[in-house]
Amino acid sequence: MSEVKPFYTIAVTGLNAVDNPGPGVPVVRSLKEATSFSCRIVGLCYELMEPGAYMHDLVDVCYQVPYPSAGTEALLSRLDYINEKEHIDVIIPNFDAELFSYIKLEQDLRERHIAMFLPTLEQFEERQKFNLHDFGKRVGLEVPGSINCDTMDDFLAKSDRSEWNYPLVVKGRFYEAYVVHDDGQFVANFGKIAAKWGTPVIVQQFVEGSEFNVIGFGSADSKLLAAVPMRKQFITDKGKAWAGITISDSRLVDMARRFVEASGWRGGFELELMRGRDGNAYVLEINPRIPAWVYLATAAGQNIPELLVNAALGKEVKAFDKYDVGKMFVRCSWDMIVDQEEFGAFSVSGEKDNRKK
Amino acid sequence: MKINANIAISQSGYIFNPQTGESFSLNPIGVEVIRMFQEGKPKETIVASIVDRYDVTASAFACDLDDFVSLLKQYEMLTDE
Repeated sequence: MSEVKPFYTIAVTGLNAVDNPGPGVPVVRSLKEATSFSCRIVGLCYELMEPGAYMHDLVDVCYQVPYPSAGTEALLSRLDYINEKEHIDVIIPNFDAELFSYIKLEQDLRERHIAMFLPTLEQFEERQKFNLHDFGKRVGLEVPGSINCDTMDDFLAKSDRSEWNYPLVVKGRFYEAYVVHDDGQFVANFGKIAAKWGTPVIVQQFVEGSEFNVIGFGSADSKLLAAVPMRKQFITDKGKAWAGITISDSRLVDMARRFVEASGWRGGFELELMRGRDGNAYVLEINPRIPAWVYLATAAGQNIPELLVNAALGKEVKAFDKYDVGKMFVRCSWDMIVDQEEFGAFSVSGEKDNRKK
Repeated sequence: MKINANIAISQSGYIFNPQTGESFSLNPIGVEVIRMFQEGKPKETIVASIVDRYDVTASAFACDLDDFVSLLKQYEMLTDE
């Protein structure tokens, strides 16, 4: 007799499969392919036109949720309403900007029997862009030289211009980065980023080379349970990988292991790396959640969303010890046709049941 | 000289370096040359083999082969071992 698999209700955010896609849809694809459980998916959407909400084969039911700026009380209240109807077992938040709220709500949600598997607030803060340089020094990861600046004068005061030549990278504290080649571009982009994302603005030394990413997963006891390195093969104008291929560089996996062991990281993460002309791999960013190319890792043999659900529910989890090298993903843009009634009902009620045809 | 053991070369001339993720396309002569490196043949033998079968002088092909070898080294596919 075959063993009956457990059945979970899993809520997922980040269903914005747009030109800079959220990880929600590939996370759901991975969950649907889990071998250790079956599941139904509750989509948590900020916007009514997040494409995942209209993918009937993947997402069973959708609810609109308040933006993180509305505060944790508003989010908890909405989650209480949704949980009453859907009986959620696990939530997988997939946006950087909402992680703070979910980390804050972890205890409240646990009391409601909703599990998550997230880093602590300290771990989350330590790898923030504006802390990354110091963090890299502490744990022995190479990070390009960085200066946090409140104003442009601040940068001039803090930098030795003989070492800080153009090109430089001007980065927002949460999102957005520009490579600048002269004073004019520096001034224009610094102002734009400061106005949009606030300060500090991070000015980073530019590293020329090839871009690699590593997706990974850290256990509750600071062990690296999964890691798949990928080389970006096609990059959009927003710097996002539109195609990539798994590679066998053990040095990159070692960097992921060092990150998890040094920080105690719990959950999914992504290292964004640049291998410079000097042969060193520099950490450009550490993203605190599963990246949008997660389905490549699933296809290569490491189903990280499945691992996350089992870890969140306290099930026994084992480290993956291999993955397929040379597996590629090529992203695609696909127009779905939606009846306006379907959209209209969602916009009025903030709820959408995809099981009703 | 030795081709990195991990390098994958298809019949069609597609090369994939699994460590760097780089991929390349070779013409049929390039495939022949790289196969001979894989078999451990020295440069002199490769030059003689090509000159024997194609309309090219030894000096011209030796020069092209040197260029090809430096490219393979640059892309971490060939070592001097």
